[in-house]
This record gives sequence, structure tokens and C-alpha cells, in this order.
Amino acid sequence: MMRAELSRVGAIVWKDLTAERRTKANFNAVVFLAGLILLLFGFALGPDQDALRNVAGGVLWLTVLFSGVLSFNRSYEQELENGALELLLLYPGDRRSIFLGKLLANLAFVVLVEVIMVPAAALLYDLPVWEVILPLSVVLFLGTFGFVTLGTFYAAMASRLRAREVLLPLLLFPMLIPLLVGAVQATGGILNGDLMGQTGAWIRLLIVYDVIFFLGALFAFEYVIED
Amino acid sequence: MPTTPTPSTSSLSRPRWLLPFGWFAVLFFVGAQATALLLSQPDRDMGHLQKIMYVHVPSAWVSMIAFFVVFVASVLFLLRRDIKYDMVAAAAAEVGVILTALTLALGSIWGRPTWGIWWTWDPRLTTTAILLLIYVGYMSLRSFTEDEDRRARWAAAVGILGFLNVPIVYMSVRWWRTIHQVQSTPDTVDPYYVIGLRLNAFAFLFLFIFFVGMRYYIARLERARAAHLEQEAFVAREVHV
Repeated sequence: MMRAELSRVGAIVWKDLTAERRTKANFNAVVFLAGLILLLFGFALGPDQDALRNVAGGVLWLTVLFSGVLSFNRSYEQELENGALELLLLYPGDRRSIFLGKLLANLAFVVLVEVIMVPAAALLYDLPVWEVILPLSVVLFLGTFGFVTLGTFYAAMASRLRAREVLLPLLLFPMLIPLLVGAVQATGGILNGDLMGQTGAWIRLLIVYDVIFFLGALFAFEYVIED
Repeated sequence: MPTTPTPSTSSLSRPRWLLPFGWFAVLFFVGAQATALLLSQPDRDMGHLQKIMYVHVPSAWVSMIAFFVVFVASVLFLLRRDIKYDMVAAAAAEVGVILTALTLALGSIWGRPTWGIWWTWDPRLTTTAILLLIYVGYMSLRSFTEDEDRRARWAAAVGILGFLNVPIVYMSVRWWRTIHQVQSTPDTVDPYYVIGLRLNAFAFLFLFIFFVGMRYYIARLERARAAHLEQEAFVAREVHV
């Protein structure tokens, strides 16, 4: 039973990532947009290198949010053509497998964008990324997981409406404020030195946030996807 | 001439308690405001400015009740699938958004002469602003979703997740602020202000119940009208064929 669900999740991840890999158009565009946003923040806040380093955590996370939010609607839009979503829903098994599959595919997408974006940010903002790569990766993953969980959840609704481009950030970003605060504080602590010893508490906040909204979205998804 | 079915008027008539209760709520509000304004002496530091408390604090309290009602009605809708819970959630969300906006506006008006600033990143202030945004998102989702059943399910999901976020938002903003500076919330209420505040809290609660009742009644009328128009269009098409 469990194995069958896992293979359904795997099939959806494979399907979404294959569709992405064969076009690459969206991935390339999002990576370049992320680089562009990093540059724009540099122009807006620079050129003082020390000042830039101090705000690097905030810049990094806003870049993740603004570029990543573009990938969630697409994840469902490809299902809206030719009634693919209806067919997907007709397959036997738990609807939550669809959510988990989409979530993991989106997670892979955003993590890949970050793999390119974070070194680019390290170059542009002169950040000591390599010395702290392990804790930084943990914070990046925890923040990205919560972001992608809620992004995948709200896009299941927004992508099927006329105003999808504005509605998704309008629904998603206010919900992400605790995650943004926690991720920025933890990242800043890791990059610029954690004088107050607060980083551990912020990481715990991220874990609590991720668990609550992963379970909440998983529970609520079947009410959102059915039609 | 096709006969257009009219929805039975008995099920759509206004609840008999609604208008008298509305008058009671308005009069109670006027009385509570008058009592509070006349009873309380000018504050030592703030003077008469303190009296904004009698509208600011009750609207903040009752807006939290409103969002709790949205949460409970959303859970009940998903469990029972009865559209009336969805209409209650929508009504409470609308009133809650108005009260939250009122809370923020009144707080700013009070903060400018007291703290010298319109806005500060105080946890309560910031949480209230985020709440406003979360429920504005909830209402935009409703207005963009046309199918009734889909709107009810989606809004319920958003209403539940939004309410789960309230304590997390508050805690995160509080930790965020205490790292930077000690927060200043001059919220110690002197005993003789308490009566005025309590009276007005009830006044706002009564007004809230009246508004939600009224909004629920209007939502039922709107729903009946939509069904009626649909029926008419259906009958008209049959006649042409």
C-alpha cells in the first residue's frame, strides 16, 4: 500500500521533471531572472561592499521568493491542457500522492535554481559561503521546503483562475512572513557571525513552520484538488 | 409565457431578530461610547487622546473573534459540506477585514501624537497588518472563484491555514523585534478605564453579530437570485428551441 503510493509520487516527480528537462525554457529563464534580481538589489543597495554583506541574507531570500514563485503556477498549468488534470485525478490512489509529487518536483526545481544562484550571490556580494556551506545548506533547505510546500498548495488554486499571476503572490507571501524572518535571520547569523547565539532558535522556528504547514497543506489538498 | 419559478419567500425572509438586534447594537454602541467618554478622566500623559482606546482596542479584539469564526466555519464546512457554513465564513471574514483595517488606522492616528510616528515594527502592529493581508488574499480568492462549491472548498482551506499562521506570525515578529530593541507597548490600563473598555468591547461584539447576520442574510438573497437567473436563462433557451 505504502509502496504503491510511493511509486505514484515517484511517477509524478519523474513526469514533471522530464517535461522540465526537455524544454529547459522555464528553468533557464528563472535562473537568469534570479541573477538579474541579485544585480538589481546590488544597484539599489550598493555599492558599499560591507553594507551589501550585512543585508545579504535578506537579498538572498527575497531573490529566492521572487524567482521561485514563478515556477509554481507552471507546475499545474501544464496539467490544464488537454484535460490532463482530470486524467491525473482519475488514477486510483490517494490524492495526496499528487501533492507530494508536485511538491518534490518543485523542490528539485527551486533547489537547482539555488545551486546556481547562491554561488553567484557569493561572488557578487563577496560572501564567505564556502566556510559555512553546511549550516547554510541546512537553512536554505528548511526555508525552501516551507516555501515550496505552501507555493505548491496555493498554486493548485491560483493556477486555475484568471488572475493567477497576481493572486498567487497575494495569497502566498503574507503566509511566508514568519518563514522569511526566520530564514533571513538564520542566514544572516551564519554569514555575518552569530553574536547573540540566535541562529539555533531561528532554525527551530523554520522546522516548526515546515512541519505545521506540510501537515496542514497535505490535509487540505484533497479538498482543493477535487472538482 | 414560461412560468418562472420563484424561490419560496418563507426561507428567504429576513430573520425576525435581525433588525431589532441591529438597533439594539447601534444604541448600545452609542451608550457605551458616551459612558466611556464621560466617565474617564483625561490620562496623565496622553490626555484625551487615550479615549481612542475605546474604539481601537475593541475593534482589535473583535477582529480576532471574527477570524476565529472564519476558522471554525471553514472546518465545519469541510466536515459537513453545508454551504451555510461557507456563507458564515465569508461574512465573518468581511467584517474581520473591516475591523482590522479600522484597528490599524486608529492605531496610527493614536501613535502619531503619542509615539511620534505613524508606524513602528511592533509585534502586535505588524501581526495585525499581516492578518489584514492574509484575509484580503482570502477575499480576493473568493471573488475570483466563480463556481460555488469550488469557492467554498478553496476558501475553507485558505481560511484554516491562514488562522494556523496567526500565532506563528506573532511569535516570529516578537523574537525578531526583541533582537533589535526592547518593544514599547504602553498598554497598562488604569482601573477606571476598564468599565468603558469592557462596555465598548461588548458594543463591538454586538455590532459584529449584527453585521455578520446581515451579511449572511444578503449572501442567501444573492445566492437565490443567482439560482433564479440561471433558471430563467434555462427556461428562455428552451422556449427558443
